[in-house]
Amino acid sequence: MKFTVDWLKNHLDTKFNNNQIIDKLTNIGLEVESFESSTSELDTFIVAKIINAKTHPNADRLKLCDVDIGSDKTIEVVCGAPNAKNGLLTVYAPPGSIIPKNQMKLSVSKIRGVTSYGMLCSESELLLSNESDGIIELKNNKYANKIGEKYFKNTSEKVIDLSITPNRPDCLGVRGIARDLFAAGAGKLKINKKSNLKFKGNQNINVTIKKEKVQGCTTFGSCLIKGVTNKESPKWLKDKILSLGQKPISAIVDITNYVMFDLNRPLHAYDADKIDNEIIVRSSSKGESFEALDNKKYILENDMCVISDRSGVLGLGGIIGGTRSGTEYSTKNILLESAYFLPRSIRKTSKELNIDTDAKFRFERGIDPLSIEEGLIKASELIKQICGGEISNLDVKKIENYKKTIINFDPFLFEKTTGFNVENIELIKILKKLGFNVSKNKKILKLAIPSWRPDITQPIDIVEEIVRIKGYEHINTSEPIKTRLKPTLNYYQKLFHFLQRSVASKGYLETVTWSFTDSKINQLFKENDEEILIVNPISSDLNVLRNSIFPNLLFYLKKNLDRGFKDISLFEIGPAFKGKNPGDQLTVIGAVRSGKVSRLSWNDKERIVDTFDVKKDVIQSLCEAGINKNDIIIDDRTPSYYHPGKSGGVYQNKNEKNAIAYFGEIHPNIIKKLDIKTEGLVIFEICLDYIRASKQKIKDSKSEYKFSDFQKSERDFAFILNKNFKSQELVNIIKSVDNKLIKSVRVFDVFEGENIPEGKKSIAVNVTIQSEEKTLNENDLDNINKLIISSVESRSGAKIRS
Amino acid sequence: MSNIKKIKDDYIDKLNTENNIEKVNNIKSELFGKNGIISNEFKKLGSISVEERKKLASDLNNIKDELQNKISIKIQEIETKEINLKLEKEKIDVTLPERNIEIGKIHPVSQVIDEISSIFSEIGFSVEEGPDVENEYNNFTALNTPDNHPARDMHDTFYLDNNKELLLRTHTSPVQVRTMLKGKPPFKIIAPGRTYRSDSDQTHAPMFHQVEGLHIDKNINMGHLKGCLNYFIKEFFEVDKIKMRFRPSHFPFTEPSAEVDIGYEIKNGKIVIGEGNKWLEILGCGMVHPNVLKNVNVNPSKYQGYAFGIGIDRLGMLKYGINDLRAFFETDYRWLSHFGFDPLDVPSNYRGLSR
Repeated sequence: MKFTVDWLKNHLDTKFNNNQIIDKLTNIGLEVESFESSTSELDTFIVAKIINAKTHPNADRLKLCDVDIGSDKTIEVVCGAPNAKNGLLTVYAPPGSIIPKNQMKLSVSKIRGVTSYGMLCSESELLLSNESDGIIELKNNKYANKIGEKYFKNTSEKVIDLSITPNRPDCLGVRGIARDLFAAGAGKLKINKKSNLKFKGNQNINVTIKKEKVQGCTTFGSCLIKGVTNKESPKWLKDKILSLGQKPISAIVDITNYVMFDLNRPLHAYDADKIDNEIIVRSSSKGESFEALDNKKYILENDMCVISDRSGVLGLGGIIGGTRSGTEYSTKNILLESAYFLPRSIRKTSKELNIDTDAKFRFERGIDPLSIEEGLIKASELIKQICGGEISNLDVKKIENYKKTIINFDPFLFEKTTGFNVENIELIKILKKLGFNVSKNKKILKLAIPSWRPDITQPIDIVEEIVRIKGYEHINTSEPIKTRLKPTLNYYQKLFHFLQRSVASKGYLETVTWSFTDSKINQLFKENDEEILIVNPISSDLNVLRNSIFPNLLFYLKKNLDRGFKDISLFEIGPAFKGKNPGDQLTVIGAVRSGKVSRLSWNDKERIVDTFDVKKDVIQSLCEAGINKNDIIIDDRTPSYYHPGKSGGVYQNKNEKNAIAYFGEIHPNIIKKLDIKTEGLVIFEICLDYIRASKQKIKDSKSEYKFSDFQKSERDFAFILNKNFKSQELVNIIKSVDNKLIKSVRVFDVFEGENIPEGKKSIAVNVTIQSEEKTLNENDLDNINKLIISSVESRSGAKIRS
Repeated sequence: MSNIKKIKDDYIDKLNTENNIEKVNNIKSELFGKNGIISNEFKKLGSISVEERKKLASDLNNIKDELQNKISIKIQEIETKEINLKLEKEKIDVTLPERNIEIGKIHPVSQVIDEISSIFSEIGFSVEEGPDVENEYNNFTALNTPDNHPARDMHDTFYLDNNKELLLRTHTSPVQVRTMLKGKPPFKIIAPGRTYRSDSDQTHAPMFHQVEGLHIDKNINMGHLKGCLNYFIKEFFEVDKIKMRFRPSHFPFTEPSAEVDIGYEIKNGKIVIGEGNKWLEILGCGMVHPNVLKNVNVNPSKYQGYAFGIGIDRLGMLKYGINDLRAFFETDYRWLSHFGFDPLDVPSNYRGLSR
């Protein structure tokens, strides 16, 4: 909502200066967005100096000028003026400027093969005189140190731009703003002059508000103004319209706009002679159409509130008028409309047709239903004053009477809500100034709500009115109450926190990417999940919710590879979506690692990152987050986007459906499809939701501390096994031989090839054996060794290597 | 005797010039081995008179001590020399680079969320979460923003179906609704998370982060709201003094509503929080609207309280001098390394919010 201080002062007697007014507005909830002069088309014209004028290489009569426009570089302008010479001060118009004389918009153009950036202007082009023979010559003493400054002074008054919250339609008019300032003690609200307008005759165009199932109009007021002379608006009115940032059109249109911004009372003027017999306010039927004042043709749906005559639709009530009945300079007789349309109806229609107008914006928020006559009278007065004419009696048709809202208000609610007290006298004074009618019934205030405040419906609204006018600075700053109701984080929130930081500590950079992604990449990772389309995506390559974190991670990995990085470790922790309903999402960590380990190391052999790098990262992270390494099982069931032979899943239970993590190489087909160029690429993911919550806190789950001081022995074994036999299985078999005595089993060599039969491999393990009761003698150890060998051989088909 | 003395002197001379540990050991066995010279001299003691024996034994012992002493000094001397020589040879250039260090980082948004959670944890708030996909009711209607409310226009919403039933939450406020529906008052929670609006330019991203706050109890008023936010802002920006302004505003789900500005100034091209006469809007808040409480089955005549919503990304930008919001989400390796935080930098009260 824009207005000037002068305009405000039409309604408010105030001694406040501009800054005080601005502060006050902000303090009562009318946020000032800006306070500055409205921009003018002439602002772009600046003082400039020709540094060097030389002859155009391809045209003798043109000159090529290096012009200083006050910035760090000079610019080149082609100029045909004979007086263009070195050192001349003149006026420069950059590309984009509109030349006053011919209203042409300048663009960067080539003149005889040389690019010219903007133009040097003559007096005639700027409408300063008829002098068109050469460019303006500015006096040295006056302009020499003004190079780069605006040539035309912007004399327009400063404009206040308020950001009005949707609950305050009353402040979409200057009078409403003045009333709020008055209530806040910033001056006195001027009393509207009583009109002594003379009415003559009846409004003889019949108006009917049809009874409909859905009728968006409750009141339609109008008057007929005969014998007007429409013309350009007088300067004061033009200035007002310009200060709103709008274009003056004609006196009649400008007046209706002026009244809308002054009183927040939208009006519409019809050319009465173009109306076919009568006005019918009714609901539209599907397929009806009309051409609106924005020069677009609208095809209507059922139940939109239209103003029509016998020939059809004239306009959409409260939203936009039609061209068929629009006023022109030649218009002689006007029908002026001032009506009340229901916000819901306005909103529905304008949304369906996608129209936004100032009238729509106001009706949608709620216009004062009792302002119908006031609007008609104020506009008629101005029309008569500017355009002449004779005004008929007002005709107001209603299908519903306005009912005043009454609220019983207990002043205690104010203190209870805000924490501070305002005396009843002051409280009543504030409400009265805002236009409330206040009567007292013992402790309870009976309040009649002003008709222009549709937002006030219950006692809490009254609290807000009082506290915002009184000032939020009166609210105390109480010490924070430190009472705690429950622990800050639950198990999964802690897990999130731990895993996030433990993954980062393995050298991964955390990133945050959109929750949406490109369906083309997403489908490589979505497995059996449904594709979740966004109806109105921000762009076509961000058109689905991600089913996995990897589409975005790999997209950005590629970008960083393209930037020249090679060894990249990235991860993100966030949602992956499994369905379109609320809650169909999992919290997942996705991580990628590319390139080499120990690249360009002077002492270590460099190698390409591999599955066991990410296996370490994922297992270590899980352990650090509190998962016991002995409680997890590795399996080779993995999603299809992994390399089928070089990836694994981490499970908490043998037959569990969902892995808590996966790791491994990405499927080569995907690397190819995404055109990722890197020496090596491994990934891992952890699904937090699938991790079983530990039921015990650490203080309850620590087992008794036991250790053995008896001598431990280590024995090495090498077995020949089938190539596909899993080492984890071998380790489990050995451990199960004697869970008490066998303390650890470590695989220290895996070997295929020479001396090993085709389809077989050799696995060497180191077994630590220790008793908690005694030192084992050779005999005991031999027995264990034999048991290990026989168990492994019988349960795995392996052969001990001799 | 003089013979022995001579032998001794010879050996002392030998030892003085000897530098080979083996040879020293040979000398040792020549002298003190089974048939060593000195050993043999001792054996002779048994065949001489008692008087002579006493004298000779004493001399012999002295010679023995002297030689043995000399030998052990010599051995130590040679060993030290050898070790020193070995160490000298083993010397490496310690200025050569260490094995590759891989430094991971925590994203500024995560760090700021942890800072915020830590601060609110100190005054008894617990953390709640809600889904990114919401239904229309939780995101709007329950929050006193019915379908025909113009406030909906302020939220450019991403929809997942044509009926506009399912959407990406436009704010974290639906977590209020979920929390209150599933529990009983009092409530004291914060809810950080992702939020979505379909606009995108230099200062807006289609996804951003908010933290919601909610405190409902029997007598919570606007003074508590002001106190809580004043505490938070001071702690967050780690300044002693903060200029804060409560300004009336409007949100459908709170009444009265306020926006909070903090004072700042630009010093040497950097923004300084807490001083100066410029104002920067950082959050919206208010007393939870009775209609919202009714919608979640909380009796507004018994319970009341406040709610607030803070833009996390913006707060992080202010605190850590990050200019471009879009860069948060562009995964530029250089940016992540530059603005990211060490994973051990866990914000906490006792160790300090930030380093």
